Amino acid sequence: MIIERQEIEKLATLARIAIDDSTINEVTERLGSVLELVDQLQAADTSGVDPMSHPLQATQRLREDEVSELNQREALQTTAPDTEDGLFLVPKVIE
Amino acid sequence: MHNLTIAELIRGLQSKEFSSVELTQHFLARIADLDPNYNAVITVTADQALKAAAAADQRLAAGNAPALCGVPILHKDIFCTNGVRTSCGSKMLDNFVPPYNATVVENFEQAGAVVLGKTNMDEFAMGSSNETSFYGPVKNPWATDCVPGGSSGGSAAAVAARLAPGATATDTGGSIRQPAALCGITGLKPTYGRVSRWGMIAFASSLDQGGPMARSAEDCAIMLNCMASFDDKDSTCLERDVPDYSATLGSSIKGLRIGVPGEYFSEGLNPGTEQAVRAALAELEAQGAELVDISLPNTGLSVPAYYVIAPAEASANLSRFDGVKYGYRCADPTDLQDLYTRTRAEGFGEEVQRRILIGTYCLSAGYYDAYYGKAQQVRQLIQQDFANAFEKVDVIMGPTCPSPAFKFGSKGDDPVAMYLEDIYTIATNLAGLPGMSLPCGMVDDKPVGLQIIGNYFDEARMLNVAHQYQQATDWHRAAPEGIA
Repeated sequence: MIIERQEIEKLATLARIAIDDSTINEVTERLGSVLELVDQLQAADTSGVDPMSHPLQATQRLREDEVSELNQREALQTTAPDTEDGLFLVPKVIE
Repeated sequence: MHNLTIAELIRGLQSKEFSSVELTQHFLARIADLDPNYNAVITVTADQALKAAAAADQRLAAGNAPALCGVPILHKDIFCTNGVRTSCGSKMLDNFVPPYNATVVENFEQAGAVVLGKTNMDEFAMGSSNETSFYGPVKNPWATDCVPGGSSGGSAAAVAARLAPGATATDTGGSIRQPAALCGITGLKPTYGRVSRWGMIAFASSLDQGGPMARSAEDCAIMLNCMASFDDKDSTCLERDVPDYSATLGSSIKGLRIGVPGEYFSEGLNPGTEQAVRAALAELEAQGAELVDISLPNTGLSVPAYYVIAPAEASANLSRFDGVKYGYRCADPTDLQDLYTRTRAEGFGEEVQRRILIGTYCLSAGYYDAYYGKAQQVRQLIQQDFANAFEKVDVIMGPTCPSPAFKFGSKGDDPVAMYLEDIYTIATNLAGLPGMSLPCGMVDDKPVGLQIIGNYFDEARMLNVAHQYQQATDWHRAAPEGIA
């Protein structure tokens, strides 16, 4: 087994995805199979090779620091599950 | 009318042979009648389409019609459409109605196109068979027990079944070219940065690129003329003039040097597919092109590199789906942690969860250099392979995928079997190069795709080659049984 069940549990916490106990072995096995595939990378000789960050070596454009967008809070919040007075609502965080 | 090409439809509309309203009604009726067999269209926007068609007819009558005025199209459900549900094939966005248009959608609106609706797709564009869609799989019009390919399977099947003359699509590892191949149509993934990604729901931002799907290279050129644009809102969009892709379609290909990579004709390639592709190459040779054997030695590393980079970027991009700002939220969350973890477990399907977990693994403390850093180095090697090849040749050609459309469920439980479907398409995404697929034959009554890979911003030449091939052959005119 290339990856252990405990590692999957840790990943699930990091990724904020609840994994059901009944499926965790299956998830572990299938993830292991993908990691075996990506481990083929380790055989590649990449000494002295720079990592590629953009195919055409483009860099981020800069622009003047000016207001370019109108406030669309109401329109944008129409898609939210729960809002009040322009705020997003979530379960109580502080008692 | 549904057998006419986009070029013919434009002429018919402008010469008043038929109106846009008639055309739109015709395609809407086809979707209503035929799509229950394919499940290619998730949302039909009939009222809006008929309104837009009526407006298009007025402009056509007034004589000030833009390029695509009155031509009906479909959008992949990954492009945000103002006021129209944009699901990305996921339960997570089943209720998401964007308050704005993607730039690509806006470009088509400016060009006067009529949007018939939104097409089905693999969830968040993660898949090669359309089996991961929350809305159920799309069926291949050539054989309804087979997959249409993915992730743009809905767009490909819709075009193949003549439910629309053209559709938008996106390609992260082959998602335009592989379904185009499996459904017997023509599709093009442009150079990274050619088409704006703004409003196109992100999967892997350094690889994603939108492009057209239609039945011919000529039609793809017309669509790309509209799709390609520089966009301030996409910081990775490249500021280059957009040529008229239709203008050079008729150029001669005499003297064109076609690179044929040995690695794309190796073990695992269906013999019938190979035969069809070799026959297509011979046809181009007969037209005066020269075939040159080349090598892309790092091809084998492209799938492993992709399955680090794409999931890593996906895990970051998809962190925005948290049940707070938009989309699905689980019922009765007990606390914030429960809200996040249950929303994401219930809202994402199995393949999406798997890729988020892989990406999280590759980016987690202690693994970053071994996986993501290494994959980005390998990406450089892959790009170098192409750069070396393009010193000797003008375009590269080979099969789009190893075999024709496969049966539902036939790739089994092992995700890796499905990932290998994209072995010939993934490298171009890693290098940011443009690629296209066009039909070049049949195996077991199912279409075979010929892939053309071009140098950066060389879409016009690829379309020219494809068009010249389609002038001499009929594969792109073939229709599935019961369609024509």
